[in-house]
Amino acid sequence: MKSLLKMTWMEAKLFLREPVGAFFTLVFPLMMLFLFGSIYGNEPTPMFGGHGTIDISIPAYTAMIIATTGLMAITITMATYRENGILRRLRTTPVSPLVVLAAQVIVVFAMTSLGMLLLIVAGKLVYHVRFEGNAFSVLIGFVLSSLSFFGLGFILAGLMPTARTAQVVGMVLLYPMLFLSGAGFPRELLPDAIKKVSAFLPLTYVVNLLRGLWIGETWSQHTTDAIVLAALLVVGVLISIKTFRWE
Amino acid sequence: MDTIVQVEGLRKTYGATVAVDEVSFEVREGEIFGMVGPNGAGKTTTIECLEGLRKPDRGTIRVLGLDPQREGQTLRERTGMQLQQSNLPERMKVWEALDLYASFYPKAADWKELLAQLGLEEKRNTPFSKLSGGQKQRLFIALALLPNPQLVFLDELTTGLDPQARQATWDLVRKVRSKGKTIMLTTHFMEEAERLCDRVAILDHGRIVALGTPEALIRGLGADERVVFSLDSTLPAGFEKALTRAAVEVQGERVVVHGKDGRKIPLVSEVVSLLTGQGIPFRDLRTEQPTLEDVFLSLTGREIKD
Repeated sequence: MKSLLKMTWMEAKLFLREPVGAFFTLVFPLMMLFLFGSIYGNEPTPMFGGHGTIDISIPAYTAMIIATTGLMAITITMATYRENGILRRLRTTPVSPLVVLAAQVIVVFAMTSLGMLLLIVAGKLVYHVRFEGNAFSVLIGFVLSSLSFFGLGFILAGLMPTARTAQVVGMVLLYPMLFLSGAGFPRELLPDAIKKVSAFLPLTYVVNLLRGLWIGETWSQHTTDAIVLAALLVVGVLISIKTFRWE
Repeated sequence: MDTIVQVEGLRKTYGATVAVDEVSFEVREGEIFGMVGPNGAGKTTTIECLEGLRKPDRGTIRVLGLDPQREGQTLRERTGMQLQQSNLPERMKVWEALDLYASFYPKAADWKELLAQLGLEEKRNTPFSKLSGGQKQRLFIALALLPNPQLVFLDELTTGLDPQARQATWDLVRKVRSKGKTIMLTTHFMEEAERLCDRVAILDHGRIVALGTPEALIRGLGADERVVFSLDSTLPAGFEKALTRAAVEVQGERVVVHGKDGRKIPLVSEVVSLLTGQGIPFRDLRTEQPTLEDVFLSLTGREIKD
């Protein structure tokens, strides 16, 4: 237990010392919020079913943070730790691999939550964001989405031969997904042809689920999203256990 | 003296390559035991089997009475390991690494004391990536000492260090041993093995080709002691005959005197007194002793290369 606490605290410090990762998790989403907020404001519009741009952007940007931490933070950290012999060094100690993985998940989840919290606070203070959902439902949706994407990150880290390939593949998956899934900007702005592509992107289900729950829709309206994400989570856990290696 | 490590008939293959074969030896309490040999001789494979990081194909291993495969957890709590290739996260600071690793052991040593002992106090807040090679190795030794281990494994500890840092590291290893710990190390520097180890096993192509104290191995060579000097004049005839049990070889102005086995007076004093007695001016006189390097050469017919 003591090692888990120490390791988690250490990983949290290391996360914040990595300027690029911390920027894309904590600062960049806020910049997007203020950019689009200053262009469109947060007046209710019929295009978003009577919600404002910022109202629907907060869950969408949360999905963006989840995708970034899952596909970049987890993937790069785990692949680098393995490639550089950091896991090898840990293996000579009595510490369990579960502690290493758990610390990573806890820290990245905490940072993802912090990113979302900053969005909510800024949205409330600056744009008087409206929240019509059930906070507990949103929280469960957020946890499910995060863990599914972390699983994806562990899969990449486990399957890719080097840290460099893991990073490149992570980026190649991440960037198109941010634009096509409705996370980076509202899907309503995308042409129909592209909307069809988005059905194949896991992030689309995160955006659907979080946006729906945020505006007060129920889980029964989002069973597909929930099933896809839960399946992704199960596959992620299985593959990461199977592919985990110390070196 | 208790046996700390016992290895019998160890064999490990990677595919068709036999990395280690028929390796048997013991490490006794309180000694510095070295495995020396060229790269690819099987040193690291052997030490990693002892550490429980690799599974041997055959043979029995007991480390502190434990089977590294079945009782790895207990073994890792009681031994310190420094690996040939390992790292810490770039931005982790020296004190943070010690503090974190200390939390892994039930009875960890006080890391603040280790920081002072290893001369890392000034580097306390330095990130791992900003440390020099020697400082990184000192930090790894500190991490290996955290469990208060009875036995410390050091794999290629001084590879990549400059001569000064290497000397300083040797002093550290001796200091660790003087605290009653047993040390098992690998190196491909014959000089390091000779100067640091109480006993060495020389490995070549996965097998132990010689095992003993460096002195005994060198003596076993039967190689002669040499005295070398330079002359401006020519050596007078009959010089060789005036010496007892020695052979003289002249290479230009350089003269090499080989002493044979079973001499009573040290060769150097005999040569010097003869030269001064006959009033022959000489310069650059030195003695050359055979080294472990010569032992390796005579056993394998090859020179060891970095």
